[in-house]
Amino acid sequence: MDQLTHLLEGFSVALTPSNLLFLVIGAVLGTAVGVLPGLGSAMAVALLLPVTFSLDPTGAFIMFASIYFGGLFGDSTAGILLNTPGNSSAIATTFEGHRMAKDGRAAKALGTSAIGAFLGGTIACVLVVFFSPAIVRLATVMGPAEYFALTVFAFVAIAAVVADSIVRGLVSLGLGFAVGMVGIDAMSGAERFTGGTPVLFDGISIIVVTVGLLAIGEVLHVAGRIRTAGGNGPFLSPKGSPLLNRREWRQALPAFLRGTAFGVPFGAIPVGGSEVPTFLAYGTEKRLARRRGDADFGTRGAIQGVAAPEAAGNATAGSAMGALLALGLPTSATAAMMIAAFQQYGMQPGPLLFERSGDLVWPLLASLFLGLGILLIINLPFAALWARLLVIPRHYLYAGIAVVAMLGVYAISSRVLDLWMALAIGVVGVIMRHFSLPIAPVLIAAILGPMAETQLRRALAVSEGDPTALVASPFTIVLYLLLAATVAVSVVQHLRHARAERATKARVPA
Amino acid sequence: MRLSAQGAIVGGLASVLLLVAATHASASGGEATPRTRLTMVAPAAPGGGWDGFAREAQQVLRTDGTVAAPQVVNVPGASGTIGLGQVAQMGDRHDLMLVTGGVMVGGIVVNGSSVGFDDVTPIARLADDYNVLVVPGDSPHETLDEFVEALAADPGGTAIAGGSLGGIDHLLAGMLAGESGVDPADVNYLAYPGGGEVVTSMLSHTAEAGLSGYNEFRDQIESGNLRALALSAPEPVEGIDVPTFVEQGVDVSMANWRGLVAPPGISPEVEAELQAIVRELHASEGWREVLARNDWEDSLMMGEEFERFLEDETARTAQVVAELGL
Repeated sequence: MDQLTHLLEGFSVALTPSNLLFLVIGAVLGTAVGVLPGLGSAMAVALLLPVTFSLDPTGAFIMFASIYFGGLFGDSTAGILLNTPGNSSAIATTFEGHRMAKDGRAAKALGTSAIGAFLGGTIACVLVVFFSPAIVRLATVMGPAEYFALTVFAFVAIAAVVADSIVRGLVSLGLGFAVGMVGIDAMSGAERFTGGTPVLFDGISIIVVTVGLLAIGEVLHVAGRIRTAGGNGPFLSPKGSPLLNRREWRQALPAFLRGTAFGVPFGAIPVGGSEVPTFLAYGTEKRLARRRGDADFGTRGAIQGVAAPEAAGNATAGSAMGALLALGLPTSATAAMMIAAFQQYGMQPGPLLFERSGDLVWPLLASLFLGLGILLIINLPFAALWARLLVIPRHYLYAGIAVVAMLGVYAISSRVLDLWMALAIGVVGVIMRHFSLPIAPVLIAAILGPMAETQLRRALAVSEGDPTALVASPFTIVLYLLLAATVAVSVVQHLRHARAERATKARVPA
Repeated sequence: MRLSAQGAIVGGLASVLLLVAATHASASGGEATPRTRLTMVAPAAPGGGWDGFAREAQQVLRTDGTVAAPQVVNVPGASGTIGLGQVAQMGDRHDLMLVTGGVMVGGIVVNGSSVGFDDVTPIARLADDYNVLVVPGDSPHETLDEFVEALAADPGGTAIAGGSLGGIDHLLAGMLAGESGVDPADVNYLAYPGGGEVVTSMLSHTAEAGLSGYNEFRDQIESGNLRALALSAPEPVEGIDVPTFVEQGVDVSMANWRGLVAPPGISPEVEAELQAIVRELHASEGWREVLARNDWEDSLMMGEEFERFLEDETARTAQVVAELGL
C-alpha cells in the first residue's frame, strides 16, 4: 500500500487554491478545444507550453492533465449534437450518440458520455497507480506481428457488425482503404495516389475525412431535403435530464465496464491511440444489442452505444499516461507534447522516473484524478445547456455546423486544399447516404488500414519475408483462434437466420 | 510568482483564442520591420521538433524584447519541404524566417522537391544534437565492432530501426553499412514515425539495433534497458558517456542541426538585421537556458560558412540517398 500513501501525499501537494484554479482553467480550455473539430488537446498543450515556464511544476502539470482529459470529454460533444466529432477518438461515440440526439435525448447522451469518460479515465488511472509495471510490460511483448494480429482482429470484429449488408459494407471498406493509401509509403518512400502534389505526401488527415463525410455530408444531405422531408423546424426538442435513472444505470454500467476493459490495455501499446478500442467497444455493444433483440440500437440510439466507446476512449488515455510515465513512451500526440513539458522541469519520463522525481510524479497522478472529477462536475450541468443548441431551427443550425466544421479543418494546418478536400469528401458522403452505403466502415478502414499494412510489412521485413513469423508467438495464435471462432459463430448464425427466414416465407406465400 | 502566474493564464487563453487570427496575420503584409514583428514558420505540426525550436526562440525573443511581437506559424508536411516551398515564394518578405534543419535536407532529396536551399537566403545554424546507435540491453553485441561484424555477415537479419526514410537515422544506417562493407541498399531498415516507437521496437526485440536522438534514449540507456554503442558526433561530446563512431574507427558522423533561413529576395540590409537578431538571441541568457534544457550543442554558424555547410550537407545526403536506393 506504499502507492496509496504516496498518492495521498500527492493529493496534499496538489490541492491548493491556486492549483485548483489551474485545474478549472485547464478543464475549460481542454473541453473547448475538444469540442471544436480539428483542434485537439495536443495543440492546446503545444500553445500553452512556453507560457507555463513561469509556473511551478505542480501547477503546470495539473493544467496539462486537465487539458489532456478535457479534450477527451469535449470531443464527443459536437459529435453527439451535430454529428461532427472533434477528434477521431470520438467517432465511435458519434454513431449512437447522434441518433439519441435526433430522438430528443441529447442531454442524456451527453450525460452518459461525460460519466463514461469519467469512469473509464478513473478506473484506468487507479490501475496505473497500482499496476503500472504490469501494464508497461505489455508494451515490451508486442512486436509488429502482434500488432498486425490485433488490427486484423479489430477489422473483423468491427466490420462484421457495423454494416447490415455485406456488399455495401465491403464497398465502404474499399473506399476507406483507398483514402488511407494516399501519401508517401513509410516503408519504401514510394508516392501513392498523390498526383505529385507535395501537400498530399503526408496523406489525407483523418479529421478532414471525418468532418467531410460526417459533418459536411450531413449538412448537404439535410439541405438537399429541407423542403421535402423533415421540414425546417428544429429537432425534437431535447428533454430529460443528463443524469441516468436506475434502469439506465443498469443498462449503462456493464457497458461502461466493458468499454474500460477494452481501453486499458490499448493505452499501453503504441498502435495508434484510442480508435481501435473505441471501435471494438462499439462493435461489441452492437453485437450484444442484436443478441438481446434491442431495437433501439442503430435506430433511436442506445445508451450502451455511447457508454462503452466513451469509457474506452478515456481508459486508453488513462493507461497511456501510465505508459508515458513509466516507459517514456508517447502513445499519442498529446502524450508526446507532455513528454516535452516534463523535460522542461528536469523530469525525464522513463524507467527511472519514480525513483528520481517521485516528488513530482505523485502530485501529477493525483492531479489526474482531480482533473477527471472537475471535468465531470463541469460537464454534467453543461450537458443540458449544450443540448439546447438543438432548439435552433435547422437551417441556422446546419449553417453553423458548416462554418465550425470548415474552421476546424482549416485549423489543422491552415491549408486551403484541406477545405476543398473536405467539401469533395462531403459530396461523396451525400452520394453514400443516397445509396445507403454505411459511413462507419470508411472511417474504420481509413484508420486501421494503414496501421495494419505498416505492421504487416514491418513484421515481414524483420523475418525477411517469412510469413510464419506472423503466427510465431502464443499471443498471435490465441488471437487468430479467437478470430476464427468469431467468424464461425457469425456464419452459423447467419445461415440459421437465413433458413428461418426461408421457412417463414414458405409458410406465408406472397 | 503570483503575477507571473496570472500572466501565464491570460497569455494562454489569449494564445488559444487568437490562434486563427495569428495564422491570418502572418499572411497579411504591412509595414512591419523584423524588430516589430517577426514570424517564424515552423514547417512541422504543433509538438514536432521544429515547432519546439521555434517556440523556444519565440519565448526568448519576446522576453528579452529583441523582437516586439514574435509569432510562430505551423506549415507542416513532407519533411518540411511544404514550408520551404511557401517561404521560397515569398519574394522579399522581410519579417519572416523559416525554421530548418537536417531532416529537411533529407526531405528535399528524397521527395525530389523542386525547391532547395538555393531558393532561400540562409541566415544561421544555431543548435545541434547527435544521434546514437543502441542495441537492447540483453543483446549479444557488446561493442560497435561486434555489431558491425554481425551486420556485415547478415545485413537482412540485422534489422535497424530508426526515424522516417531519408532522415538522419536512415542516412546514418546507410553510412554505417557502407563503412561495414555492406551495400547500403541491403540494409534492413525499419522506419518508425518517432523515437518513442524505436524504443519499443528495441524492448520487444523487433529490431537488432536502433538509431535516434541521444535525448530519446538517454534514460533507457542509463537504466540498462538499452546499450549505447556509438554516437554520431565528429568529436567526443562533454557530458555524454558514449564513444563516437569515429573514435571507434568507423568514419560516420552527422549532426541533427537546426537553423533559420529567410525568403529569397531580401535586401542585404534586411539580411544583416536578421543576422543581428539571431546574434542577440544567441548571446542571451535565455538561449543558454534553452540549450541546457534541451541538451542542444551550441553550433552558431552564419554567412558564407553556413551556405557552404548547406551545400556540403545536400551533396553528402544526395550521395547517401542514392546509395540507399531511394
